[in-house]
Amino acid sequence: MTLPRRAHPRPLDVENGRVDLTHGGGGRAMAQLVEEMFIRAFDNEALNQRNDQAAFDVPPELLKGGRMVMTTDGYVISPLFFPGGDIGSLAVHGTVNDVAMAGAVPLSLSAGFIIEEGFPLADLQRIVQSMAKASREAGVPVVTGDTKVVEKGKGDGLFITTAGIGMVPAGVMISGDRARPGDAILVSGTMGDHGVAVMSQREGLGFETAILSDSAALHTMVAAMVAAQPAIHVLRDPTRGGLAATLNEIASQSAVGMLIEENAVPVAPEVRGACELLGLDPLYVANEGKLICICAEDDAEALLAVMRAHPLGANAARIGTCREDSHHFVQMRTGMGGMRVVDWLAGEQLPRIC
Amino acid sequence: MKYIDEFRDGTVAQGIAKAIRAEADPGRAYHIMEFCGGHTHAISRYGLEDLLPANVRMIHGPGCPVCVLPVGRIDAAIWLARQDGVTLCTYGDMLRVPGSKRLSLLKAKAEGCDIRMVYSTMDALKLAQSLPERQVVFFAIGFETTTPPTAVAIKQAQAMGLGNFSVFCNHVLTPSAITQILDSPEVRELGTVRLDAFIGPAHVSTIIGSRPYEYFAEEYQRPVVIAGFEPLDVMQAVRMLVRQINDGRFEVENEFARAVTRDGNEKAKSLVADMFELRRAFEWRGLGLVPYSALRLKERFAAWDAERRWDVPQDSPPDNKACECGAILRGVKKPVDCKLFGTVCTPENPMGSCMVSAEGACAAHWTYGRFRDADPGHASGPDPEGD
Repeated sequence: MTLPRRAHPRPLDVENGRVDLTHGGGGRAMAQLVEEMFIRAFDNEALNQRNDQAAFDVPPELLKGGRMVMTTDGYVISPLFFPGGDIGSLAVHGTVNDVAMAGAVPLSLSAGFIIEEGFPLADLQRIVQSMAKASREAGVPVVTGDTKVVEKGKGDGLFITTAGIGMVPAGVMISGDRARPGDAILVSGTMGDHGVAVMSQREGLGFETAILSDSAALHTMVAAMVAAQPAIHVLRDPTRGGLAATLNEIASQSAVGMLIEENAVPVAPEVRGACELLGLDPLYVANEGKLICICAEDDAEALLAVMRAHPLGANAARIGTCREDSHHFVQMRTGMGGMRVVDWLAGEQLPRIC
Repeated sequence: MKYIDEFRDGTVAQGIAKAIRAEADPGRAYHIMEFCGGHTHAISRYGLEDLLPANVRMIHGPGCPVCVLPVGRIDAAIWLARQDGVTLCTYGDMLRVPGSKRLSLLKAKAEGCDIRMVYSTMDALKLAQSLPERQVVFFAIGFETTTPPTAVAIKQAQAMGLGNFSVFCNHVLTPSAITQILDSPEVRELGTVRLDAFIGPAHVSTIIGSRPYEYFAEEYQRPVVIAGFEPLDVMQAVRMLVRQINDGRFEVENEFARAVTRDGNEKAKSLVADMFELRRAFEWRGLGLVPYSALRLKERFAAWDAERRWDVPQDSPPDNKACECGAILRGVKKPVDCKLFGTVCTPENPMGSCMVSAEGACAAHWTYGRFRDADPGHASGPDPEGD
């Protein structure tokens, strides 16, 4: 009798196979899935050590006086594939962006997969490869991970959780509570692209459009901004709840009011058209590749120029100003010349878009 | 999008605003009720009140189908959703409307009832086809605009022999509600509410035309302008009404000539007339029992009528005592006059129906206009007639 030389003599049947409970059971099937699906795709030094945790070095220049940041985010988007991305690329971009919004250099990611029994291995591979591609392009490796399989009906295909860590360079102090009256409010591009792209794919909306999600990693643009002007006050990516929710978060954290100009908020014509049809307000629709920057008035022009010079910031614009307001209202001068509150979103415009 | 942009041109809006300021007589007040929640929303969303002079007041009317549905009908929908084998389909707006005992369809869904959010009657029909073992009930609400699609869905169900589809019909009628408001003691005898003119909803008139308003414009001597929902439509309608009031005219004018005719859509009207009949009376939140103000399916279509298929309870439990939705829907009170407004009643936790739908007067004021209460300096100046 000859013993097989490889641990798994038959490779995963990616073409026709499905995830079953053994893939999360801690046995050989799980080891094979981890090996042939995840390690093969993510392939980096820390992960390849196959430990329960990843050990890695931090660049010494960042260690000097720098602060460490950490973040985590769960991804439950439906559908899993949408124009311009999928749950895998989104899980990388979203977490890289959350790290970057502290002005930090993202260093590494973890990934937890909760997979529903019966999920096609082909779809899983497509997602994992897309995730690996996004991570390679961002230069932020997935260094550790976890896989769980839940019984059919106990999940919805696939949920991914990623955590990210990074280092904020010495002297950079960007935080949601640092907006001050008189500060300029900038955005890096058009609002609402991601949410509308996802909605266009949704069952029941019967709606076709050429709009792609803006899902992208923003850390290189942030690095350029921080290099040009380290005294940025606030950075935040307007994801769930869109621009409106994010501005309200910042206004209440910083105890300021805001006044924005409707005509200055960039919205792509297709997104505006789709929102018109769906009865949505683009100010409340999610973005996954845009940021809000709040800075001193004097720094605004320079930062806008840096953003516009970056491929992800071509449509960057100044949309308003922070001001004294004990109610912390975000107000908007409408295109008609009237005023209104831009409130928090009540309930959900549409659920599960990230 | 170009088509829409034309109706949202800020410069044109400023021009109309200037004309209104020039034409409005500073010695009198103009109380204009926009009947429809769609107009309420447009006024708040675009901040149009800021463009009007202080003596031109907009009063928000009851034309929000979600807001006017009484607690009893919400309870009835929840009751239906709890019946064995029933899948209830509803527009998203209805999910959070509070019924009695702090229940809502959303809470019933969380309890395990099969309640689905749909975007159209056709979605509900498709659901019925895909769930042959379930009884799919469509929670039909709305004014004249949404009635024809319900009629079409029933016709299609009939043609397909779809026995598991039915409609819980709550379609209501615009002109009878306006008449009820004008007949209310506050307007007629007490004079506590002044209503000088009405803006009528264009989408309703694309179906019913402008003719149904002619009777009460004449009878109650109130001018009416049928207007679209873009901000410039509303501004233009206000200007037309100011002119009519100045001239002492009370005509039905049509601002929305791009789609509304005097007689409306004959085909849609005859379809509705063929399938529906008037209810003798129907309860409206805020207005009480309004005679001949709602529709039900005719006997011939009983098979598709959820109220006939199940013995749906016809209770009418009262609103929360402190809730002023009723008075707000009649134009008697403003949202800020309600003790619950912004305290325990917010869009996140609505107590009354006006806070639920984005078209409700309370939700619109809370969401878009509450800075006016915080900063009285911003509010419109004193009303020359001192109300």
